[in-house]
Amino acid sequence: MELPVISNTAPVEASGGCSESGCGTAPDGLSHLPDHIRSKVQDHPCYSEEAHHYFARMHVAVAPACNIQCNYCNRKYDCSNESRPGVVSELMTPDQAVKKTLAVATAIPQMTVLGIAGPGDPLANPERTFETFRQLSEQAPDIKLCVSTNGLSLPDCVDELAKHNIDHVTITINCVDPEIGAQIYPWIFWENKRIRGIEGAKILIEQQQKGLEMLTARGILVKVNSVMIPGVNDHHLKEVSRIVKSKGAFLHNVMPLIAEAEHGTYYGIMGQREPTPLELQALQDDCSGDMSMMRHCRQCRADAVGLLGEDRGDEFTLDKIDTMEIDYATAMVERAKVHDAITTELEMKRALKAAPKFNPAVEEAAPATRNIRIAVATKGGGVINEHFGHAHEFLVYEIGPKEHRFLGHRKCTAYCMGDESCGDGETVLGGIIKSLEGVEVLLASKIGFEPWADLEKAGIKPNGEHAMEPIEEAIRAVYDEMAAAGKLALPAGGVAAQAA
Amino acid sequence: MSLEIVDSCVGCFACEPLCPNKAISAVMQPGEPLFFINPDKCTECLGDHDLPQCAEICPIEGAIVDEYGEPLNPPGSLTGIPLHLLEQLREAECRQ
Repeated sequence: MELPVISNTAPVEASGGCSESGCGTAPDGLSHLPDHIRSKVQDHPCYSEEAHHYFARMHVAVAPACNIQCNYCNRKYDCSNESRPGVVSELMTPDQAVKKTLAVATAIPQMTVLGIAGPGDPLANPERTFETFRQLSEQAPDIKLCVSTNGLSLPDCVDELAKHNIDHVTITINCVDPEIGAQIYPWIFWENKRIRGIEGAKILIEQQQKGLEMLTARGILVKVNSVMIPGVNDHHLKEVSRIVKSKGAFLHNVMPLIAEAEHGTYYGIMGQREPTPLELQALQDDCSGDMSMMRHCRQCRADAVGLLGEDRGDEFTLDKIDTMEIDYATAMVERAKVHDAITTELEMKRALKAAPKFNPAVEEAAPATRNIRIAVATKGGGVINEHFGHAHEFLVYEIGPKEHRFLGHRKCTAYCMGDESCGDGETVLGGIIKSLEGVEVLLASKIGFEPWADLEKAGIKPNGEHAMEPIEEAIRAVYDEMAAAGKLALPAGGVAAQAA
Repeated sequence: MSLEIVDSCVGCFACEPLCPNKAISAVMQPGEPLFFINPDKCTECLGDHDLPQCAEICPIEGAIVDEYGEPLNPPGSLTGIPLHLLEQLREAECRQ
């Protein structure tokens, strides 16, 4: 059974006469995009919720220098156990980065995207960044190249970016108001001076907007990232979204602030709070309009390797790739086969989704039921294949009587980190339950006896009956079963109360 | 007259291309600071810029000092973190 997706704007009235799949919703909310953009992004793991289960990405850390300071960043940080942007274990030269990319592309044929994202600002290191791109576009034409930037040097780099067949640029834009900017950026380095406060923020904002306009004028795809900082730019981001959209950004990705005291960042130390999952989701809903959002974004490290949500960087450290023999011509043939197989599978899934549905009239007569949130443990491939105890994150879906949509992932510490840390299970479980705020059902391939009871106590119904089933089919089956059992009756006040 | 990079340097390379005298180079010696300013070449940017470029872009408080050992970017001057909180952070780091 295939399902349409709940649109990001307003709940669709069950008015009949329109088969849901014909209403223009698509698995990733990418359907509003023109064909030439959609064909570029639909197989990109970062942009397509569907593709990220199949295709992998990697970042190479060739760009250490930065030309601004953000209050959510600490330049001293380097930790292998931590996953957040700007953190890396090993800095590389362009030659090393190229070799690592070819090694990963040979070992993981699903790897289709190479990004340069730091740990500083890639465009504040133009020589290292562009040397890496130049070599890769020659040696590995089957890899898509991406870059992200804070935007300060972007206008000076647009011509060079256009040369290297880079079709995706990400600009982090947290504000369009310098007064708000001064609360996020303590300083920028501009024309041989450190410029602080509102004056610095104003220059940064002007450069970001100018760069965005220049890129879209050249037909280069631009994604905008924003960090949601409660009390600083949370309300303002709606305006940012409207402006960047009007200037041609094809996607706006609102990400939560990461701020813990032990990270040593200004926000972490000053106790600036992070948004809750529900606050983030509400802002993403407000900002999305008809513009798709990357609900599956994992805020990867600047040296991440593998499928989103996993990091296989340890397999490709400098000393390991030094000893690897790479025959990329042969690898490229193998890669093409793997890509074709995945594309065929994805096309088949898309065709099934687009096919007209049989909607018997009886369904319309069923009593109205409310929307619920279901969390799912998965290792990838679009199926429920992760044990509860091993999950580092849960995918959260909202599902109603007819439609569902992907809301995002909730990160957590795995309940079972191995025998030694199992003693911490109690506190870890508390954290997991907190991260699942608003979720009513949890699907995993297996769930242990102890967490089971605590989840139930917290109002989250664990369910291990759908192991290895496709996620969308499983959540639909669970929903229908609960609806049939009368567990999903609308609260008093009906639809209006639910929408509020 | 020369500036000096001390061991709190994180090796981000930001200063190296800015030096008008090409006085800054990366060091690969374990135990040494990650970058080195050649005192024979450093002019503290006099005649080239209003302010020393390495210290203007350096993101790490205290990493660049003058000939008296005084940091050009003292604690709190770049991050805005109050000194008493920086002190607590340093104590926590020492315990690790």
